[in-house]
Order: sequence, then C-alpha cells, then structure tokens
Amino acid sequence: MDYSDKISKQLATVSRSGIRDFFELVQGREDVISLGVGEPDFATPWHIREAAIYSLENGQTSYTSNLGLLKLRRRISDYVRGFFRVSYSYEDEVLVTVGVSEAIDLALRALLNPGDEVIYHEPCYVSYSPSIAMAYGVAVPVATRKEDGFSLKAEDLEAVITERSRVLMLNFPTNPTGAVADVGDLEEIAALCIKHDLVVLTDEIYSELIYDAVEHTSIASLDGMKERCVLLHGFSKAFAMTGFRLGYACAPGPIIDAMMKIHQYSMLCAPVTSQVAAIEALEHGAASIVRMKEAYHQRRDYMVRRLQQMGVECHVPGGAFYVFPDIRKFGLSSKEFAMRLLEETSVAAVPGDAFGESGEGFLRCCYATSMEEIVEAMDRLEAFVRKF
Amino acid sequence: MSIDPLLTLLSQKARYTHEELADLLSLTESEVVSRVAEYEANGTIIGYQTVIDPDLSGNTDVSAFIEVKLTPERDGGFDRMAMRIAKFDQVESCYLISGGYDLNVVVVGRDLREVASFVSEKLSTIQGVVSTATHFKLKTYKQNGFLYEVERQEGRLTVSP
Repeated sequence: MDYSDKISKQLATVSRSGIRDFFELVQGREDVISLGVGEPDFATPWHIREAAIYSLENGQTSYTSNLGLLKLRRRISDYVRGFFRVSYSYEDEVLVTVGVSEAIDLALRALLNPGDEVIYHEPCYVSYSPSIAMAYGVAVPVATRKEDGFSLKAEDLEAVITERSRVLMLNFPTNPTGAVADVGDLEEIAALCIKHDLVVLTDEIYSELIYDAVEHTSIASLDGMKERCVLLHGFSKAFAMTGFRLGYACAPGPIIDAMMKIHQYSMLCAPVTSQVAAIEALEHGAASIVRMKEAYHQRRDYMVRRLQQMGVECHVPGGAFYVFPDIRKFGLSSKEFAMRLLEETSVAAVPGDAFGESGEGFLRCCYATSMEEIVEAMDRLEAFVRKF
Repeated sequence: MSIDPLLTLLSQKARYTHEELADLLSLTESEVVSRVAEYEANGTIIGYQTVIDPDLSGNTDVSAFIEVKLTPERDGGFDRMAMRIAKFDQVESCYLISGGYDLNVVVVGRDLREVASFVSEKLSTIQGVVSTATHFKLKTYKQNGFLYEVERQEGRLTVSP
C-alpha cells in the first residue's frame, strides 16, 4: 500500500528531531558517558514517589476534573503567586496538562489560525517549530547570539514582527543554552508585545534553576502582561519528575477555556497519580529543590571552568542545566564534532543544530549527571580538543 | 540558616580531595585547605568516618538502643551525667531527648552478654540513673543518610531533548 498519500500533508512539513538521529547512534554503545540528556539525574524525591504509591494503594485511580484536581489547582495558584508574583484563579485560570509539551500544543492550537506567525528565540527546545507547524502556524525563529548570552533582544524581535504575527514564545532559562533574560530586556519585549498585540507563551519550566540572579522574573509578572500571557510550567525539572508527565498552564479565563476544549477531547485529564504526586511536591518539595539546585550549581561552575581552561569558549549559562560551548574554532560542523567526540572518546553531547540553525557551531552539554562522570567527560574532551 | 557548602559536601563524602572541593565550590585549593584546617581547629569538624555495612564486613558486634531515665542534678541538669555515660568506649552515641525518657544511648558490644553486663554493671549503677530499657538492633536499613540497599535508577535514556 502506498502510504505517502495516506499521511497528512501538514505533517510532511515537520522534520524528524535531530536528537532522535543522534540518540540512535548512541544507543547500543556500552561505554558512553552521556552529556546528552535533557532531564535531571536525580530520581524523583522519595516523599513525592511515596505519595503517589499511597494514592494507588488507596485506589485513587479515576479520572479527575478536566482542569485537574481542585486541590492541585489551588496549590498551583498559590505557588505561582508566590514564585512568579502573578495571581491566577484556581477556578478558571489554571489547567493541569500532560507536561508542558501538551500545554504548548494546546496553547498554539487554541490561539492560531492557519498562516498566523509565531515568533520564538533560537536555539530553542526541539518541539517549538514542529508544534507551530502542527497547529498550522508559521514558525518565525529569531537567532540569539552568544555575545548576548543567548538572551532575546527587543530590536531583533521587532525586526521580524509583521501583520501576521500573533504569538511570541519565550523560554528563559533556555534549553539548550541556559540563557536567562534580564528584566530590562523583558520590559522592552513586553512593550513590543503590547504595541503589536502579541500573545506571549512563556515556557517557565527551568525557572527554579537559576544560579546567579537573586530571583527569577517572568514576563507575565510585568505591568499589563498577565492579560496577554500564557504561563506554562511543570514539575519535570525542578522536582525531577520528568516521567510523571505533569505540567500546567495559567492564563486568562477565555484562553484556558479554549485550551480546555482541546484538552478535554484529546487528553481528558492528566494522570491522577501524577497529580497527587504534584500536590505533594508543591506542599513539601521546597527543600528537595534547594538540594538539587545546589548540586547543579557546583557542576555548572566546574564544567564552565574546565571548558574555559581547555580553550573552549562558552558563556556562563545563568540557568537550566546546560552548557552551550562554542566549537566553531575547531573547523567542524556541530554534527561532525559530536560524532567524532562520540567515536573517539565515547562522550555524547548533542550537536547544537538540533536546536535550530542558529545552534550550528555549538554543542549542548548537560550537567545533570554525576560529578564523577562530568570530571571524566571533561578529561576526555580536553584530550580530544588537543588534537586540533 | 544555611551552613557553609564546604561542610555540606564533607558531611556527604569525607573523602573529597581538596582539589575536588575547590572545583565544586569555585575556590582555590589553598582556600579549601585553610578553611578545613580552621574548622578542624575550632571543633566544627569533629572527625571523619567511613560508613560500613556490618554484614558485608563480617562484623558481628551487637548494638542496643538504651532508654535511660535520669534524675537531673541541681547544678548542671543532665549534662554531667550524660557526659559521664558518653565517655565509656562501649557507648557509640548518646543523645538527650524529649519525651518519656531522658537519654538515648547506643551501646555496642561483642555479643548480647557484653552489652547486658555493661548496662547492668556500669550504666544502671551510675548515681542518678533511675531506670534503663534495652532494645537490641536487629537490622539496619539506613545509616548516616546511606541506604543499605542502593536504589538503581532504571531506564534513563542516554540522549533526550
């Protein structure tokens, strides 16, 4: 049977993830030290797992409200008010989703008409461009620069705004660059969004993991922005709960309503076990975050220092758990560099172009792995770059 | 209040080298050396120990947790008596606690008889000791923050977005 005319034409415009290809190369190799992961190396804190187990023992296995458990939405509303300094009503402005990934998909499908343009800063998380395409939007990436610490500059944003621009997607701290946005830049960006009537999807998934700034600022907390922001957050990174697949969206009622329409027919509700675990995380998880963040901070400083000592340039990433070194001076493409590094030293790091064209010439090295492995990986990388 | 991260790291793993500590904390090695020396000198760092699984090491010593009730002294409360008890070599740990009794004393001996004779001949005969209740340890699951059965994290992908 010829399937080529059976598969959606729209989907044909979506390319395979570059990470997927690299993953297949690494699979099956025994001796690899991987800096290629995008998740914490800690298991979910035990008190959170234990709460999930307890709920199963009690037979808490039913559907929940489409929006999510009431208690969880209350806790999310409290947490967001405390951490991001934005108030959302747990009754109609919070939607619990299957990870931030689902929330992004819902938001884009809820907001876009075919042909609408969605602007986002690049290098960025691998799903942004495909999610936009699958929602029949047009992806408009804005390249960010190492010199700016990969933060988005308002003038670069303004240069790509057109009549068709509808949505701006932000992700600070950023996967894969670890970039953070300073408040001044965010204020200029916010002013542009108001001027051009853009809705902002702000993916805050790494916001607890910042190491130099005193506190994180979300664009949603700036004057006049709450009404045009969809704040997306979840439990995967700060609470080390990736496999629980739990996220949420906070936004004005009409946007949540629209997202909810899709969510209730596609997903119905997020898994109840994960929702119960999330309540425990928000009620008692603060100390776990501090403990893990301290470990990431030490590893970041170590990795950045080692890279700089061996003559590999990199900016100091202010957040997340990635270092994004510049490998252009070695004269290889990101892919070639990553391939040779893997073949010759068995260290896996993701080629920067997997995160968009502007990631070419860079490498994503994740430091959410044990210190012993980081030390060994840096020793091997140092021996590798000496060959050039 | 948060303590010096240097102390946190050492409490997790005493065998960190000065170089490793310097790397982790963005300090110079000599800064680490002098800070550790200062902590040792002023008694903040009391000692360094290795946590050993007794079953695997072949250690057949027995331990008991002993609840001790005391009559507090007019001068000094419990401290003088507690120190007197703590100084015995057989006593591994000694804590003043709240609740139904006063001291929780962990005693280690070669066998039940040795622990029992320490309790009956030494501990309970100290003036001021009103009563003791001895609970022998049967099995250890976690000690000093270390689980005896290490949890393995299964199925983490080597490359993920």
